[in-house]
Amino acid sequence: MIEFEDITKVYADGTEAIDGINFTVEEGTTTVLVGPSGCGKTTSMKLVNRLEEPTEGTVYVNGTDNQELDKIDLRRGIGYVIQEIGLFDHLTVGENIATVPELVGWDQSRIDDRVDELLELMDLSPEYRDQYPRELSGGQRQRIGVARALAADPDILLMDEPFGALDPITRENLQDEFLQIQDRINTTILFVTHSIDEALKMGDRIAIFDVGEVVQYDTPAEILSNPKNEFVENFIGENQTFKQLSITPVREVMDDPQAYESAESEVAPAADGGEYYSISPDSSLQVGLTRLLSIEHTTLPVVDGGEVVGFLTEDHVRSYFDSAGEP
Amino acid sequence: MSAAHLGVVPLFISPYLEFVVQNVDQLFARLIEHILITAETVLIAVPIGVSLGVLITYNDRAATAVLWLAGIAMTIPSLAAFGLLVPFLGIGSDPVVFTLILYSQLPVIRNTYVGLTGVEEATKEAGKGLGMTRQQRLRRIQIPMALPIILAGVRNAVVIVVGVAAVGAYIGAGGLGEFIFNGIRQGDSVMIVVATIIVSLLALVADYGIATVEQLLRIRNGEQVEQRASTQLIQKAR
Repeated sequence: MIEFEDITKVYADGTEAIDGINFTVEEGTTTVLVGPSGCGKTTSMKLVNRLEEPTEGTVYVNGTDNQELDKIDLRRGIGYVIQEIGLFDHLTVGENIATVPELVGWDQSRIDDRVDELLELMDLSPEYRDQYPRELSGGQRQRIGVARALAADPDILLMDEPFGALDPITRENLQDEFLQIQDRINTTILFVTHSIDEALKMGDRIAIFDVGEVVQYDTPAEILSNPKNEFVENFIGENQTFKQLSITPVREVMDDPQAYESAESEVAPAADGGEYYSISPDSSLQVGLTRLLSIEHTTLPVVDGGEVVGFLTEDHVRSYFDSAGEP
Repeated sequence: MSAAHLGVVPLFISPYLEFVVQNVDQLFARLIEHILITAETVLIAVPIGVSLGVLITYNDRAATAVLWLAGIAMTIPSLAAFGLLVPFLGIGSDPVVFTLILYSQLPVIRNTYVGLTGVEEATKEAGKGLGMTRQQRLRRIQIPMALPIILAGVRNAVVIVVGVAAVGAYIGAGGLGEFIFNGIRQGDSVMIVVATIIVSLLALVADYGIATVEQLLRIRNGEQVEQRASTQLIQKAR
């Protein structure tokens, strides 16, 4: 858990980077700090591992004022990923990943096991272990950057525009992969980006920054349906409904299977196992609706692990948005 | 007589070869002296220069001052430096080594400083954010990454030292300079030419050898370099 309490940061040259921010990042969740450049989001993140110090206010890390903790120990307990990646080019991939475990003095066999485990987690084949980072692509390098940050199993992970320098396709892939990894690790994540789309996709909660202040701190759904002021509205931009579709999982909207037993004939034939005629409950409504429109039936079975767990109809989608206050 | 042995050699080279053959023992002894003076200088100068280079990364003003002083040291004429040092260190190799250490400082300090400060900001920041102390960043990241650049400075220094060490014979330091000064005194240009060529060859060999190590380090650092023949040979052998 990370708490920001009345944080103000004024740089030596008089620039006010942050002006009295307050918010709490719950344990095990991902909070995205988003805003235009120069809004103080990166500075706020760096206050957590004390790469920056607040002028006023307190940052609590797992309940302790981080000023009372030793800087070096604090940082070793917090994973850190940056846009430029910053891999150590003179060390192998394995040695890069092993950085923090080595600093904190794990024994070699434990380090080796952990490196193997992380390569697997990041979907990198074991042969990368002895290669040098410069031989790899941008996407692979950032996978290693994330693996290095997770190596000593930190409670907290800080990510500063981690996918910002990658091409759009690689970025999308890494985002999807990271969402899956997020489910497997119980880490409190603070994620900085300037892209609202990335924020909506990655965040359990989003803090929208405007020149040194947090203007709204909410769930993605809440931000989309109830933007607090004009700045937030502008920042979200056009196509709010579309964005909402992309962040809402089918699971939340689907109907339970019994309701449709009588109407069997209307249901698309899921039995053929073709994924074209069914959808996973974790897919977004955006995918669900597209698929629904492209089949000849009005009802789409929701299938999880080979079992039908629900049904999706156009009416569901419509009524879900009506109840959420959207046109 | 010995020219007859060397019949196949063009006429103008024969007096030089003859000199080499007749004085091979002496030449070898002086060459060893020369190498020893150079080695002694490098062994003392490099640790000093690298340490200074590391220290001045902590303070920009100190960096400017130290680099400026090291630059000044290089402008002192070697003979003047020897002359000034003889009253304190006596004649022989000591004042020469001392002077040569001074001369080595600029390339070594400068390259160390440039190498350490030139490491990418993101790499340093990552090290810091992961919880490395300043010393750990220096030891684990900056120095290994700067090593090829530091070595380039050492290479530079060695070439200077090999050349200037020849002047040291003037105050009795020995080395290949002996032949040069004798040649001047006796008006024997053959002696001068042979000694000079050996000094140059020594400098070239040292330069090439260190450059090869430098290149191997660059490759280890993941840089793309056009490999020289020696590097390829070593890479193949491994």
